[in-house]
Amino acid sequence: MTLSFSQSRFRDDYSFANSDAAIRRFPFPFDRDSYMYSVNMEPHRAAGPEDSVFQRRFDVDEHYLSEMADRAITLQRDPMRCQSLPHMRLAGWDLLELIMTAKAEDYPDLFALQRDGACWRWINRPMGIDDRFTFLDDATLPCGPMEYITRQTQGDFALLDQRQGNLWMDAGMITSQADWSLDFDIGMNFFEWHAPVPRAAQMGIFQRALKFLLNVQQGAPSRRLNWTMTVNPRLDTSPETYPEWGPEKRSLTPENVGQRQFLRVELQSFWRLPRSNGLAFPIRCYLCALEDLVTVPKWGRRLHRVLRDLPEDLATYKGFAVNRPLIVDYLSRFDDGAPTSPGIFPD
Amino acid sequence: MMQPLKLVLKQPLSPRVTRFRLEHPEGAPLPVFSGGAHVMVQMQDGPVLRRNAYSLISDPQDRSGYEIAVQREDAGRGGSLWMHRQAQPGMILDVGAPVNLFALDRTARKHLMIAGGIGITPFLAHLHELVRGDAAWDLHLAWRSRADLPDMALPARAHLHLGDEGTRMDVPKVLSGQPLGTHLYVCGSARMIAAVLDTAQGLGWPPETLHAEEFLAPAPGAPFQVHCATSDRHVHVGAQESLLEALEREGIDAPWLCRGGACGQCETRVLACDGTVDHRDHFLAPDERADRIMPCVSRFRGTLLTLDR
Repeated sequence: MTLSFSQSRFRDDYSFANSDAAIRRFPFPFDRDSYMYSVNMEPHRAAGPEDSVFQRRFDVDEHYLSEMADRAITLQRDPMRCQSLPHMRLAGWDLLELIMTAKAEDYPDLFALQRDGACWRWINRPMGIDDRFTFLDDATLPCGPMEYITRQTQGDFALLDQRQGNLWMDAGMITSQADWSLDFDIGMNFFEWHAPVPRAAQMGIFQRALKFLLNVQQGAPSRRLNWTMTVNPRLDTSPETYPEWGPEKRSLTPENVGQRQFLRVELQSFWRLPRSNGLAFPIRCYLCALEDLVTVPKWGRRLHRVLRDLPEDLATYKGFAVNRPLIVDYLSRFDDGAPTSPGIFPD
Repeated sequence: MMQPLKLVLKQPLSPRVTRFRLEHPEGAPLPVFSGGAHVMVQMQDGPVLRRNAYSLISDPQDRSGYEIAVQREDAGRGGSLWMHRQAQPGMILDVGAPVNLFALDRTARKHLMIAGGIGITPFLAHLHELVRGDAAWDLHLAWRSRADLPDMALPARAHLHLGDEGTRMDVPKVLSGQPLGTHLYVCGSARMIAAVLDTAQGLGWPPETLHAEEFLAPAPGAPFQVHCATSDRHVHVGAQESLLEALEREGIDAPWLCRGGACGQCETRVLACDGTVDHRDHFLAPDERADRIMPCVSRFRGTLLTLDR
């Protein structure tokens, strides 16, 4: 596989754009013409076409370098996006080991890991990194193990401690979030950090999801897709920077909605960490402009139907109620009423 | 998710306790695990397929093999007898991935471990990590007699309480002298766990600092019938088998992890019940027992039990 990395920005001039190939492999989240919450968990193993985002454990795509540059900017402005409570040190090493071994195996042309006992050498060719360190010895890395590896890996990462029959948000690298704050949620348990989600608690979703997650086994990760809507291709839609991106929601017009309204999809996966017994929760963000999405006719038809029929409280929670009429109007031009095929992949 | 491992060592540690070492058949490294984890060992005992959970006692970071210690239970259902009598070095056994229901709470200021008899096993793995780290810890082990005590390499600072030497554990005294922020871990018989936890509660230990692990072997009982509505089958559960084992024998799908009433994975909805469910698990809350059952350990007395399986 050859990847050529784009150099684009997720802020300022918003020069981010998907190639045709990136559009085709976009993880469209709707497998039918309507949406409601469910515990839509499935085993995280290879699925879909050869280049689908589900083929490798930690997907690397054309935006890798751009996303890592954006993370560095966000961290420089606000170091609290990366936090780890003291008891999560071992879980950080667990995550480093998991990502390094997975990437070196899945992308041997991009990454290499050499291990001689506790003496490790890590090579990240796209980022020009060649480091030697001692496994489990924090002093041999330039920063903590979780920060070190997540500065080199696309997607946000929450590390959850498992105790008292619950999961605790006790560490994370969160710079591309859909309007939630690690600094606010740090130390909260599963029910506390999910408290703002409408409906789901009454539906018993969280009890079932927690029971599932507490029993995720090592070597058997799971995944699900989640989604929201974002105006402009911006990774850092955090509460901390709301003054920067919140007003942009009001900048949509019938003329620019196709270009500036993005479907934001999170590929969430869940991994038992063997040394700490914690749970790693990567949240990988993919962005696609409506005008690009509708180039796949099935997706244009389906997205129109889903957003048109979505209950109002869900549209509010996902932050696009104010723009829904504009979006649905635009998408209706790509919905001829024809039936759509089951599943998420293009026909 | 079972993997075939080769039994490479069978070493008696005491008259009733034997250590077994399992390695990858081709010598490949096994996944690391965390202290307190157990594995499921599958045994083909004549016509009966047994699956018993055993705590891993080897160093969690040592990927060259997994070790377990098995106490022979002459009155048990047969799993430990099979391990003692039938299992031989060279044999291939199917072993599940490590699962941890008894991890240390890393927010603790100190770890206080109390083991009764063979309940020492999960702590042996914890000790490998604790002696390397800088967390404070204490271990108390009670055993009936020195003659029965397995030959284990316990750290010198572990406290040994032997019934026949008059050094019985004074539980209130052990629990009273602990610094704030200490977490308590107990593993042993049901009676011993209950006694220690009762004492701790009486002394005002916060509930979130109390941890216990008791592996429930599915106790035998009177045979009974169940109706599985989804698969539309009637299943007979024999005196010596669990409901979960009977479902598996009939090819009816039921997920499982611990098979000991602790993890919740096999939780099954009860659609109709004319009789009494004998709940023996540690998982279901009192209000959940009205319409659910854990088939790994619980049984039934009555005329009709219909399950959502």
